[in-house]
Amino acid sequence: MYTRTIYILWLRQLKRFWRKKASIAGALGQPIIFLFVFGFGLSPIFAKAGGGDYIQFIAPGIIGMTVLFTAMFTGVEIIWDKQFGFLKETFVAPVSRLEIFIGKTLGGATVAFIQGVLVFVITFFAGFWPVNWALVPLAFVFLAIICFLFSAIGTAIAARLDDMQGFPLIINFVIQPLFYLSGALFPLVGLPKVLSFITKINPLSFGIDSLRFALSGTNIFSPWLSLSVLLGVTVVVVVFGIYQFSKVEL
Amino acid sequence: MIDIKNVTKKYGAFTAVDDVSLHVEKGEVFAFLGPNGAGKTTTIKMLTTLLKPTQGEIFLDGHNVTENPNKTRRSFGIVFQDPSLDNELTAYENMQFHAILYGVSKEVYTERIEKLLMLVELWDKKDSFVKNFSGGMKRRLEIARGLLHTPTVLFLDEPTIGLDPQTRNHIWSYIKNLNQSEHVTIFFTTHHMEEVERYASKIAIIDHGKIIAVGTPAEILAKAGVESLEDAFIALTGKQIREETANVGKNMMRISSKLMR
Repeated sequence: MYTRTIYILWLRQLKRFWRKKASIAGALGQPIIFLFVFGFGLSPIFAKAGGGDYIQFIAPGIIGMTVLFTAMFTGVEIIWDKQFGFLKETFVAPVSRLEIFIGKTLGGATVAFIQGVLVFVITFFAGFWPVNWALVPLAFVFLAIICFLFSAIGTAIAARLDDMQGFPLIINFVIQPLFYLSGALFPLVGLPKVLSFITKINPLSFGIDSLRFALSGTNIFSPWLSLSVLLGVTVVVVVFGIYQFSKVEL
Repeated sequence: MIDIKNVTKKYGAFTAVDDVSLHVEKGEVFAFLGPNGAGKTTTIKMLTTLLKPTQGEIFLDGHNVTENPNKTRRSFGIVFQDPSLDNELTAYENMQFHAILYGVSKEVYTERIEKLLMLVELWDKKDSFVKNFSGGMKRRLEIARGLLHTPTVLFLDEPTIGLDPQTRNHIWSYIKNLNQSEHVTIFFTTHHMEEVERYASKIAIIDHGKIIAVGTPAEILAKAGVESLEDAFIALTGKQIREETANVGKNMMRISSKLMR
């Protein structure tokens, strides 16, 4: 495996990201709306129900949402690479599909990570403050794993799609359920059985819970369990993604 | 340089390439002709490791294409039928990306990128974004890029499609130049028969996945018993218009990316 090829694939993603300033700003729109509308809108009810400070609760969820959407979208960008023919250029190069997959996934993950950190800063304006700054680096570690995981999922799914018509399918049947069923917006306690089960097989639930542990000091899963689940699922997705990539015919 | 031995490619029940054997000598300018959907692009995809043959073997510069894809990939450069540049990068960045993917060292590629971009007259545009390039400029950049890692064979799949005669002429003078100065074997497809008449040293015609004629331009004319290659092409492949029958989704992609150029 050549680190140089992974580096150049990663660098390309970052350059593309950096040059599209409008889409960086655009991607901040959704988190800001969620943070301020849901954050302040549901805050009184949440406090009345004894849940405490809702902004403190929802901020890690919004950071998780940001990286979920950005990482998946960047992964799915590979459909564009197919449509504009650029993927062929990488496929005829003396580079393994594994390197292409890792390079693209790392690129998408880095882009998502940057967006996540931006939103982290924005949450301060909504009144969020980490309970323990010493744990913030740990939150970044969790965030990085979440970014890599969902960038890999996006890349793996998009590997087998030929056009952008599949894109709404991914948004509505993969990204949205992952988000709404992750405990980003509501606590995963006292839920109906089915809902409770679904949220517990959603890797993002563990991701957001781990962020909440490090940033807000509340958690329902042990951070070690969250870490193991996130890493375990990442390994499975990477293996699946590499397999998917090896099957791509152009 | 290229040895195709009894190669067949099937998609389910459909045979895109049917028992094709071809031999291309080093330094040749080889024209690979055929109507739309005859199997040209499929053959090129097999030659360039993008597709695996269902049957048969291909050797390129001594490497077995299926068994040794990475060594094969270093030996050829390709200009695809549809554009394959990153529009969000500059011309120089596209070249650099290619150089690093092919493991070309920095000292070598800085010199070579300059030389090749000078040759295709894009050096002064090296820091412009590719999205602002015309179709002809993109093609020239793709040709320069295809040669960056000093391949022994250059594949050109309809390199002059959609270009005006001036640009076509320029592109062919670069190709001819490279064929002579760098001894690159050229394997190209086109629908412009006058390009074949002017530049090709050998021709193969494929139709319905089968090779129906191979030879020098003079031999092809003699075989068809006509005066021009255009007439020979029609005489050998018939007058009927072909519909491309491939995977619908992929075909739409091909068409849309052709239009986007």
